[in-house]
Amino acid sequence: MLDQIVFYFFATLAVISAVLVVTRRNVVQSAIFLITALLATAGIFLQLHAEFLFIVQVILYAGGIMVLFVFVIMLINMDVSLHQVQFNRQWWLGLLLALVLGAQLTVAIAVGRSGLPLGEPAPATALEPSTQLVGRVLFSEYMLPFEIASILLLVAMIGAVVMAKKKV
Amino acid sequence: MMIPTSHYLFLSLGLFTIGVIGVVTRRNVIIILMSIELMLNAVNINLVAFSRLVGSAEGHVFAIFVITDAAAEAAVGLGIIIAFFRNRETLLGDEMDLLKW
Repeated sequence: MLDQIVFYFFATLAVISAVLVVTRRNVVQSAIFLITALLATAGIFLQLHAEFLFIVQVILYAGGIMVLFVFVIMLINMDVSLHQVQFNRQWWLGLLLALVLGAQLTVAIAVGRSGLPLGEPAPATALEPSTQLVGRVLFSEYMLPFEIASILLLVAMIGAVVMAKKKV
Repeated sequence: MMIPTSHYLFLSLGLFTIGVIGVVTRRNVIIILMSIELMLNAVNINLVAFSRLVGSAEGHVFAIFVITDAAAEAAVGLGIIIAFFRNRETLLGDEMDLLKW
């Protein structure tokens, strides 16, 4: 019962704030609602017993990436863009195609119900000490991808610094 | 665990579709980047829900990789936005047509 209340609360919160991210005129408001959406997702991770991902989501997304966004919003003069048209000329076509994509994915889930036990609650498996388990898998089977991800982060860091510099 | 896995999938589907709508309809590049973050986040919910269903930790590991990619993408994307704003004084995606002819 508590599980259900938590899940549906965070799911509604995530969807409502995602809609507000996409529709707000002011970018700062969008950023605030993006924080809400990411924190609601973190709550869903916690409800799914993914404690490590919960804390990574809070620290990295809601802490790190959002600070980056807010800094860039501060650096860039926003007053002009408040009075411009917010949606592009083909917005109706884009909206239509996005809704078609959503319908397609709904059909995909409905078809997948026959192959996977999607309609029932997931079984309570031996995934309980999940942080320990994730660490073990990450540092044994996925060691090489882990190192490649660290190189990716290094490249992204250098790239961001080089691109944001005044004189290259 | 009383919630069927399909509810997680539908939540993820909803968030992903909202992100796609943001990417294809908005003009402001910063909001387009935020919508991409929303889409990556929706993928993470999917990965974790399936990890729970199958009973393996691999979904969590891939979610960590997705979060890493999201961080790298945000850093590079915002760097590009700053560089572009310095040159052209605009934030609108449909005015960024330097490579069109």
